[in-house]
Amino acid sequence: MPVELYRIDDRLIHGQVVVGWGRPLDIGFIVLVDDEVAASEWEQELYRMGVPPEMEVSFHDVAGAAEAHARYRADGRRGILLTGDVDTMRRLVRAVAAADPAGAIRQVNVGGIHHRPGRTQRMRFVFLTPDEERELRALAGDGVQVSAQDVPSGRPVPLDDVLAGRGLD
Amino acid sequence: MSNAIAVVAGHGDFAAGIVSAIDQITGRGELLLPMSNRGLGAADIEAMLRDALAAAPVRVIFTDLPAGSCTIAARRVLRERPDLRLVMGANLPAVIDFVLAGEAAGDDAQAVAHAVERGRLALQEVGGAR
Repeated sequence: MPVELYRIDDRLIHGQVVVGWGRPLDIGFIVLVDDEVAASEWEQELYRMGVPPEMEVSFHDVAGAAEAHARYRADGRRGILLTGDVDTMRRLVRAVAAADPAGAIRQVNVGGIHHRPGRTQRMRFVFLTPDEERELRALAGDGVQVSAQDVPSGRPVPLDDVLAGRGLD
Repeated sequence: MSNAIAVVAGHGDFAAGIVSAIDQITGRGELLLPMSNRGLGAADIEAMLRDALAAAPVRVIFTDLPAGSCTIAARRVLRERPDLRLVMGANLPAVIDFVLAGEAAGDDAQAVAHAVERGRLALQEVGGAR
């Protein structure tokens, strides 16, 4: 069964992921790809604690996630793979393309990148720096379909529309 | 400084709704600080929570979802403030119970345990007959 959702979300594991997407997609596992969390038992316990017992959570750095990607694709359950920022997703897409070409990531969901200095608002839940915009464009240039959508009931907004600010309408 | 004894934090208008309801029922809504995570990233939620704690003698944090970003932020804060207590999955009966008991500034452990039990007991189902 494929990984159902590759998502960039700076809140990592939270309500929208566990409940908003997790329930309707019948998610059985979440893979959190974050170098800092992967190196900290305390951080892992923090994110594992709130997840319902029927949902397994795994933690990897980018290299580890790419290495394990084929295994996740072969899992009988549905999964969500999360990164907390654009750069991590970009590195992951490239690493997976090298380690597991048959399972190359073709779609990325921008689920939540919130305000911080240097970022410009592109949607209600998407703020991007010029570097992040370039990275997302590069992802799209690599053949990845990038769209922004916070919850399943929302409309997926294509990257071009996001960057043009048309998602603010 | 506010005299709030607890923060209520969650998604959307959850906290504002809880505080509004408690104010209507008990007239003691000022004992609670409502917080919403709407539109905020993880760091901003944590910063807002720390600001609230600096502004009031808060002893307890109530959050909605155990996996929610407010809960995650609260757990990070508790790492440095182990004197605080966190109740996740909070509902109106639980928070009311704490407000009424906790106002006396007695035994927080007992007041929180009582509130949690009240919240659990309040979840009931009726009907469904065929």
